[in-house]
Amino acid sequence: MTAPAARLEIDSLSVRYGANLALADISAAMPPGTVTGLIGPNGSGKSTLLKAIAGVLRPESGVITLDGRPIEEQRARVAFVPQREEVNWDFPVTARDVVLMGRYRSIGWLRRPGREDRCLAEAALERLGLAGMGDRHISQFSGGQQQRVFLARAMVQDPKVVLLDEPFTGVDVHNRAVFHQAIREFAAQGVTVLIATHDLSEVQATTDYVLCLNRRMIAFGPTASAYTIENLRATFGGQVAVFETVS
Amino acid sequence: MNWLTDPLQYPFMQRALIEVAIIGALCGLVGCFVVLRGLAFIGDALAHAVFPGVVLSYIAGRSILIGAFVFGSLTAIGIGLLSRSRRVTEDSAIGVVFVSFFAVGVVILSREGGFRQDLSSLLFGNILGVSRNDVVATLLVAIVVGGVLLALLKEFTLIAFDPTMARAAGYPVFALDILLLLLVSATIVVSLQTVGNILILALVVTPPAAARLLTDRLGRMMLASVAIAIASGVAGLYISYHAATATGATIVLTATAAFLVSLVVAPNHGLLANYRQSRSGHHHAHHYHAGEEVEGPRGHGPQPL
Repeated sequence: MTAPAARLEIDSLSVRYGANLALADISAAMPPGTVTGLIGPNGSGKSTLLKAIAGVLRPESGVITLDGRPIEEQRARVAFVPQREEVNWDFPVTARDVVLMGRYRSIGWLRRPGREDRCLAEAALERLGLAGMGDRHISQFSGGQQQRVFLARAMVQDPKVVLLDEPFTGVDVHNRAVFHQAIREFAAQGVTVLIATHDLSEVQATTDYVLCLNRRMIAFGPTASAYTIENLRATFGGQVAVFETVS
Repeated sequence: MNWLTDPLQYPFMQRALIEVAIIGALCGLVGCFVVLRGLAFIGDALAHAVFPGVVLSYIAGRSILIGAFVFGSLTAIGIGLLSRSRRVTEDSAIGVVFVSFFAVGVVILSREGGFRQDLSSLLFGNILGVSRNDVVATLLVAIVVGGVLLALLKEFTLIAFDPTMARAAGYPVFALDILLLLLVSATIVVSLQTVGNILILALVVTPPAAARLLTDRLGRMMLASVAIAIASGVAGLYISYHAATATGATIVLTATAAFLVSLVVAPNHGLLANYRQSRSGHHHAHHYHAGEEVEGPRGHGPQPL
């Protein structure tokens, strides 16, 4: 298999929190239309890597490019789906308000969302099974529905890259199915998807590539070849008994 | 209706009435973001930190707005920079630095004659003493601050709700945070004459906190907050006139009363609504479909700077 052209390229990325090196020398290249799972134990730097790509954390060294150009120049096309725990669910916004946030960069400064933006938001909610629920306050949804609202927001952003931080936390079987379908739709449209997860039950079903992470990069490659018991053992250390079912 | 029209025969009451209405609208609007971002403590620090500026302008015989604006802007930028470097424990640093500023203002003023009387009018405001020029200046500041806030409403909302997405999507979050602090600072500065350094925070925080209880929509919250702030200002002014009480404090207590009423009667979040829900065993707002999981853990509070 020849490697397709890279969409998202991470080159020698290191991130430091004070004296601690949170990520050391990460290099990986994800083609368009692929789904990559960032896996590793808690504190391994999954969220840190996502946030470095998102531009929230400034890397100590290294470069991230999107289609060969610095990602900073193309931020409007980077969508982020936050961890549930990081969202202020008491904030006075409805589901439609949240989805419309994905349109803000296209709308531009000093302008309000228009009819077209509202139509796109409504369509995205509908595709994620939330038709007619746009007027509800975000606290009035179940956990899985809340995640779908944020997926809808990523959809209307017309992204090149979608970053999902622990999207499966507290999400039931039905919502996971909706999720998988949405992620597949993104990939089918050529979007590069990154999912940080410690939920290994989702890895084989969801991802094309895996990046095994524990402060440093243990392995990166197609899921079929890189998702091995050896790599998991190296990533998770002693907690590997859980993963005996992995081939 | 004499109690309504009698006070208006005095020009100082007419000016005071217009002033509290403008200040109410401005504080009600900007205060929404103070509440949603959890900036109450920073707002209090700002109100304290501008005090030396107020004192210096006062001693120089200039409008206190000038010195207050200079110190307010410097403080806003200082707080923005401070909260960017995660090394220091922000709260303590802000507390130490800006309370010391306040003390500097008091010390400077204490070297002047007529210390007590001046201190009292600067600390508690002197709404009945506002000049025509003060009212015009307040109006101009309110138009600029309100205009900027409304023009950047969707950006400020996004950053308040999801700063990570805002950064990922390429917004200049740090610059917008500084700008928001400058807007809060300007709001506090022009409001100082109404209620003074000590009580200004109440005018910025209480009306939006009351409004948040009444609605789950940001737009309606902003409207309700402005309405509550204006109504509290006007009602407080009348009450203080007729009851011969301190004006600033009366306005603040009127706003507090509005908050308490909201706390009891608010449709979704009020005590009465909660009581009814617990009696009937229903939770008003949650309409889960059968088979779906119950709500997960609640998120954190407001997004810090």
